[in-house]
Amino acid sequence: MKILWFLVLLALAPPLLAIEPLEFADRSEEVRFQKLLRELRCLQCQNQSLADSEANVAGGLRQEIHRQMQSGKSDDEIKAFLVARYGEFVLYNPPVKRSTWLLWFGPGAILLLGGLALVVHLRKRGHPAAAASSADDW
Amino acid sequence: MLRALIPLAVFALIGLVLWSGIGKDPSILPSTLIGSPAPEFSAPDLRDPSRIHSKASLGGAPYLLNVFASWCPSCRVEHPILDRYVRERGLRLVGLNWKDDAESGLAWLKQFGDPYSEIIYDPNGRIGIDFGVTAAPESFVIDADGTVLYKHIGVLTVEDMETKVMPLLQGATP
Repeated sequence: MKILWFLVLLALAPPLLAIEPLEFADRSEEVRFQKLLRELRCLQCQNQSLADSEANVAGGLRQEIHRQMQSGKSDDEIKAFLVARYGEFVLYNPPVKRSTWLLWFGPGAILLLGGLALVVHLRKRGHPAAAASSADDW
Repeated sequence: MLRALIPLAVFALIGLVLWSGIGKDPSILPSTLIGSPAPEFSAPDLRDPSRIHSKASLGGAPYLLNVFASWCPSCRVEHPILDRYVRERGLRLVGLNWKDDAESGLAWLKQFGDPYSEIIYDPNGRIGIDFGVTAAPESFVIDADGTVLYKHIGVLTVEDMETKVMPLLQGATP
C-alpha cells in the first residue's frame, strides 16, 4: 500500500515541479494563467505546452507571462507579444488563414471525399441490403 | 479503365505530400526577425559591468551575435570554431551570455578562451526572449544598421561559417 502511494505521488510530481512558485492575486488569475499556458507551445520541446515543459526557456517565458499578467496585459496582448518573437508556431491553436487552411480543413475534406467515394461505390453496387438477404448469395 | 487509375492517383497525391516533407527538420523554426531590426536592449558587459551595451552602441559594423552559457554543453563544441574565426578571419563576435550567472560565465571563458569583443550579460533571459531564443547555442548575423540577416539554431560548424555566416558578414560590410 505504501508503495502504491509512492507511485501515485511520483506520477503526480513532474507537472508540479515544472511550475516555479509564482504569486497570484486570486484563484481566477491563476486559472487564467494556467489556461493561457496550455494554449502556448514550448519552442524547445515542441510537443509540450508551456504549462508542462521543464525546459529552461519555458520557465523564463512563464515568468515573463506572469509578469505581463501582473502589469494588466490581456491574453491577446501576451499572445501577440510571443508571436512577434517566436512566430505563430508558438500558438497551439493557429489562426485560420490561407497558410493554415490545409491544417484546419484538410482532415474534413479528406473525410468528405472518402464518404463521397463510399456512397458512389455503394450506389453502383446496387442494393446491398436486398442482395444480402437473398439466400442465393450464400 | 479510368476507374483503375483512381487508386494510383490517390497514391501519387499522398506520395507527393509525404515526399515534400522529406529532408525538412520540423524542429527548425524560421525566425520572425530575419530582415527586421534587432530588438532594442540595454545591458551591462559580463566582464566589465560599467560598460553598458545597446543595439546602437554595437552598431556601425556587422557582427555575429552568439548566444552562449556556461551550462550549455553544445556551446563548448562550437567555441573553438568561433575562436579560430575571430583570430584568423577577423570575425567580429559579440556574446549574449544567456541565463547564466556572471561567476560561472567568467570561469567558463577563462577555461575555454574568450573570443568575444563584447558580451551582453542577460542573467534572467529577458533579452533572449526579445530575440526569440529557444535554446543555447543560437547565433544571429546582424548588419551595421542593426538588421538581423540570419539566425542559426544550434552548433555552428565550419561549413555553416563558410557557407552562411561569413558570406553574409562580408556582404554586409560597407
